[in-house]
Amino acid sequence: MSEGQYSLEVKDYDKSLDLTKLKPYGDTMNDGKVQVSFTLPVEDNERGVEAALQLAKSMGLKDPNCAHHRALDSEFSFYVVYGSLVHTINYEEVHVQTVEGEVMDMKEIGEYIKENIKREVIIIGASTGTDAHTVGIDAVMNMKGFAGHYGLERYPMIEALNLGSQVENEEFIKKAIELKADVLLVSQTVTQKDIHIQNLTNLVELLEAEGIRDKVVLICGGPRITHELAKELGYDAGFGPGKFADDIASFAITEMVQRGLV
Amino acid sequence: MESKLNLNWAVVDKARQSAKNIAKDTQEFIDIHTTVTVERTVCRLLGIDGVDEVGVPIPNVVVDNIKNGNGLALGAAMFIGNAMVETGLSPQEIAERVAKGEIDLTKLPMHDEFEIKMAVDKVAKAMVAKISENRGVREAYLERFGDKSGPYLYAIVATGNIYEDITQAIAAAKQGADVIAVIRTTGQSLLDFVPYGATTEGFGGTVASQENFRLMRVALDEVGEQLGRYIRLCNYCSGLCMPEIAAMGAIERLDVMLNDALYGILFRDINMQRTIVDQYFSRIINGFAGVIINTGEDNYLTTSDAVEEAHTVLASQFINEQFALVAGIPEEQMGLGHAFEISPDVENGFLFELAQAQMAREIFPKAPLKYMPPTKFMTGDIFKGQVQDALFNMVTIMTGQKLHLLGMLTEAIHTPFMSDRALAIDNAQYIFRTMKDLGSEITFKTGGIMETRVDEVLNKAADLIGEIEKEGLFSTIEQGKFAGIKRPLNGGKGLAGVVEKEKAYFNPFVDLMLGGTK
Repeated sequence: MSEGQYSLEVKDYDKSLDLTKLKPYGDTMNDGKVQVSFTLPVEDNERGVEAALQLAKSMGLKDPNCAHHRALDSEFSFYVVYGSLVHTINYEEVHVQTVEGEVMDMKEIGEYIKENIKREVIIIGASTGTDAHTVGIDAVMNMKGFAGHYGLERYPMIEALNLGSQVENEEFIKKAIELKADVLLVSQTVTQKDIHIQNLTNLVELLEAEGIRDKVVLICGGPRITHELAKELGYDAGFGPGKFADDIASFAITEMVQRGLV
Repeated sequence: MESKLNLNWAVVDKARQSAKNIAKDTQEFIDIHTTVTVERTVCRLLGIDGVDEVGVPIPNVVVDNIKNGNGLALGAAMFIGNAMVETGLSPQEIAERVAKGEIDLTKLPMHDEFEIKMAVDKVAKAMVAKISENRGVREAYLERFGDKSGPYLYAIVATGNIYEDITQAIAAAKQGADVIAVIRTTGQSLLDFVPYGATTEGFGGTVASQENFRLMRVALDEVGEQLGRYIRLCNYCSGLCMPEIAAMGAIERLDVMLNDALYGILFRDINMQRTIVDQYFSRIINGFAGVIINTGEDNYLTTSDAVEEAHTVLASQFINEQFALVAGIPEEQMGLGHAFEISPDVENGFLFELAQAQMAREIFPKAPLKYMPPTKFMTGDIFKGQVQDALFNMVTIMTGQKLHLLGMLTEAIHTPFMSDRALAIDNAQYIFRTMKDLGSEITFKTGGIMETRVDEVLNKAADLIGEIEKEGLFSTIEQGKFAGIKRPLNGGKGLAGVVEKEKAYFNPFVDLMLGGTK
């Protein structure tokens, strides 16, 4: 960087926060600073850098600065680019779907079930389709839990069964019917070319074909899952990173009560 | 050997002896059984390859033909040898006729056993010589270019398309990777056949097929010539086709193979009887071919707690060591696995990691240990991820781990981009350079946190192995002693493919590879 470590550029824009014109924040309100990194399938030279800067401009980055570039191979080059985003968002009009409702702790969940459902709730979970990764479902279901949150197996009034990985949707449904499951948890961890979407959609279709979609609470989770995506795919809820057994159980049992699945 | 951790060698010796007894006990079961994939491997090693008109691999067609004629207990070699004597054709020609329905192997008149063995032996010896030659090619490359003394940088490619994988692998090799592992497509471990030909579709990885092996081998040899380094190729010899993939790897000169029955049992729900028999033959092939095997202990810590369950890793390493020795794998080819998976929130977690890695180094001094990067606590915060990977890199260089699986800052987000790999290699090379001799410069405090930690892990491991010795390996797995996962003796996938051998059973390759000169 020719300017050295400190930015000497004149900051002649409005520096007050306006939520109708929200922008990224670097070190000054409305500076719009963002960083992006990407690889281009061309040689690493001045022309490549210029191409990276022009791409950054097309992304809406004003005054882009290529902070770093290097060759990854003779015909591949890597760029780290900083710039000021010209776009703004009207924050007042941003709405997201989130899972609503109180999150209860393990004890409260047990009491809630005793009081409102009056029997054990059966929850089955699996990492379905080709996904071999059980990190997510294990964290939520296994006794030990994750990050200080116990798993569903430890919960009073909940009978939890983790079917593990690579469970085919058909097999999952068969098990759900056999065990009279109230709640189905589907985990999708690793995904390539959006296969998790196809797989999740397929499960909903099969449940509908079996005529049991209305009889269960259907929940999916994983690092790429949002509640909004889950709803779009026909699930009752979706849980992304940072959500634990208590979040899921709280939702599931209140949903059961609300839908009269007791 | 002098221990930096004041290891109690008496406990190490005891655990090792128990593991030896466990392997011996299990070997009795292995010796009297064969499986469909073991027999398909015999077919492959006799030169049978290709697919029939509906795409079924011909080794499967042949073994199904023998199985349907109730002949599997005698072994595929017996019937193929018999057909050779009867028809004068080569195994491949015979197999093609079986595929066309022109030959039914178990219905041919049976010839003299001696004659059959003579016919098979000739073909078998030619294949064994070819594999020996491959081994010689590898050794010649290493002679010419020299081999790396520090950790091997092990990078994965996983695009699903073998041609795209090659592009990625070449770039990674140029950036400094020493081992390229082609991750298999998800679910391949559960297929009871090996797909055929070059493939361009896969999820989370690329199909392991012999043609894909060959294509990648050629590419890595080419880039290795340019760079003046031998680039090792790694794939997955696990799942339901363990020995077949070992054979394909031996034929196409792969250098490293994931190869662990326990992993398949616990994490892929493969039947334990099936896979333990499969493992034995696959390890014989890998041992003979000079392939470094990787074992899967690191995976225990992705489901169980890395602090509480560290001893299961060590116990499993002891057992894997003995299973490898029985199959003729020298210590220098045992890439016993472990991992850096303690939660970043654990106070002094780094000290535990360092202590455990040093312990593994001392207990298995000649083994090219396989060390896995953090995965469980990688969050998508790539900036923190890079720090976690840096700490992992430090442990490797301080404790002399050999197969160093590069940690990706984008772990838990996607299969690596080309740039992710380059950043990972940079990170590792920087740390390996700047901390090269730190390990030999420092000693650990007597009676300190690290000594105490390994003493606890070692003793718990020895206790667990002692229990397994008493109860037997199968029953221990049934009780869920590893990774907290219970697997029934008759459950899981692939049990139908296990057959008890008859007395006249023969597999020419076991003797040729275990007894022959390498």
